Amino acid sequence: MGMIRRHPALVPLLLLLPGLVWLVSFYLAPNIQMFASSFWSGTLESGFSFSFSNWTNYTDALGKYQQQYARSIQYGFAATLICFAIAFPLAYFIAFKAGRARSALLFLVVAPFFTSYLLRTIGWRTILGDDSIILGPLKAAGLVDPAARFLDTPFAVIAGIAYNFVPFMILPIYVSLEKIDRRLLEAAQDLYATSWGAFRRVTLPLAMPGIFAGSLLTFIPAIGDFINAELLGNPNTTMVGNVIQRQFLVDRDYPTAAALSFMLMVLILAGVALYGRLLGTDELTSKAI
Amino acid sequence: MSIIRKIAAVAASRFLTIYASLALLYLLLPILTVALFSFNDPIGRSNYSWASFTFDNWLTLFRDPTLVSAVGISLRIALVSTIIATTIGTLMAMALVRYQFRFRKAIDLFVFLPLATPEIVLGASLLTLFVTLRIPLGEITLILAHVMFNVSYVVVTMKARLAGFDMRLEEAAADLGATPWQTFWRVTFPLILPGIAASAVLAFGLSLDDFVITRFNAGQVQTFPVYIYLKVQKGIPPQVNAFATLFFVVTVSLVAIGALLQRRRANLKP
Repeated sequence: MGMIRRHPALVPLLLLLPGLVWLVSFYLAPNIQMFASSFWSGTLESGFSFSFSNWTNYTDALGKYQQQYARSIQYGFAATLICFAIAFPLAYFIAFKAGRARSALLFLVVAPFFTSYLLRTIGWRTILGDDSIILGPLKAAGLVDPAARFLDTPFAVIAGIAYNFVPFMILPIYVSLEKIDRRLLEAAQDLYATSWGAFRRVTLPLAMPGIFAGSLLTFIPAIGDFINAELLGNPNTTMVGNVIQRQFLVDRDYPTAAALSFMLMVLILAGVALYGRLLGTDELTSKAI
Repeated sequence: MSIIRKIAAVAASRFLTIYASLALLYLLLPILTVALFSFNDPIGRSNYSWASFTFDNWLTLFRDPTLVSAVGISLRIALVSTIIATTIGTLMAMALVRYQFRFRKAIDLFVFLPLATPEIVLGASLLTLFVTLRIPLGEITLILAHVMFNVSYVVVTMKARLAGFDMRLEEAAADLGATPWQTFWRVTFPLILPGIAASAVLAFGLSLDDFVITRFNAGQVQTFPVYIYLKVQKGIPPQVNAFATLFFVVTVSLVAIGALLQRRRANLKP
């Protein structure tokens, strides 16, 4: 205690220390190690050796798996757009129309997080199955082509990804909408703005930080996901995540896998940096949850 | 003109309500499916299509020893990693919110980075580290990994809570002669306790449900999600649905009780 009283500047350092040590050891160091591993050659059995001349790991990996990269980006974008289409009206409803039910509804939004991610995704197999509770009656009524299949298609993968990450879009948008000073909207009405006009020129611009943060928080996990492609897709819907996990856990080709994950990481960090530029990092980190 | 506008406004508001209800249904449908199929008596091994209603899966919850051990391991890892992550995360958040120092912004960003990194990269990079250092994979490596991703979540949640903290309360305690230690335990801690509880629930849930990072660093250890994953091909026993439903009901009740307690406390205030 005495030392702290003499050096008050030490207090924040001491508070930060355990967390920083943990993150440096198990976040930063692993990423540096992964970067180093991407310049390895060899196998798990014969041992790996490091050399900068192994930068060809990157070109080889990219040449071999560019299709999976392209697909991940496509699926990620599509899922993020779907998330936005679902999240914005729902967040708007909760922020402006829900009244006392607001916290209960917000809780329902995060409720999916309290059951198993894998089981929920598998749940979609039940829901989208060829003769499922939903599709069966629709097909019987002639509203859906009886031969139509949803399971094991790109549609199912994208829908699954969108479903799994939509709460990450809803929460930041809700936070930014909820913060809007209602008097601004009244002022717009007093100045004879139509409700659409007020929405477009007051609500939407003020919701922008939430929309930005939400789309980032959805896109990042979406692009790295492999569960949905594995459980709801087919061999032609594999994403870069599927390749990385197979290389790491089945083929044990660590150098290629490390190169692939490092490129994924750089792709995403570039995106985050761009957003940071647009918004300011403080804005981004504080809107995250 | 104004009548048309009013009708349009009413229609828009109706449409919004319907749309929002459908969106919520979309969110809840898979959970309901999981719960419903815990009462299914499946024909054959796969539990994807409805056969007939039964309570059997709930009565035989503990039949498969591998499943029971997987649930136990998951709960143990979640408990330990939650305690560690909540403690060190809360300390970090306090430093970041209450003190001005050099590199504060940089540290803020650094803490945020794990949230901006896809899980697969977090898991894969940890695996390369453990392999290189020849650290055997198992429960310990899983706890190290789970604390890592949970710390960032705790810091972000706690920062939001601490930002609204009235510092004058602490000053008042100090003016009344409380030592810093007393001030912390009698004033600060009780006030931030709801935030700590919320972070802990979040961390516990994230740890219990984590599959991707766990899959990379588990070695031979089977957690609940890993058990599910390994059973996908052969058919998931319906007891898994029962366990998942149980977890859901317990967490939801805990959160609801917490919210009620907080509301009651808020109402007691003059």
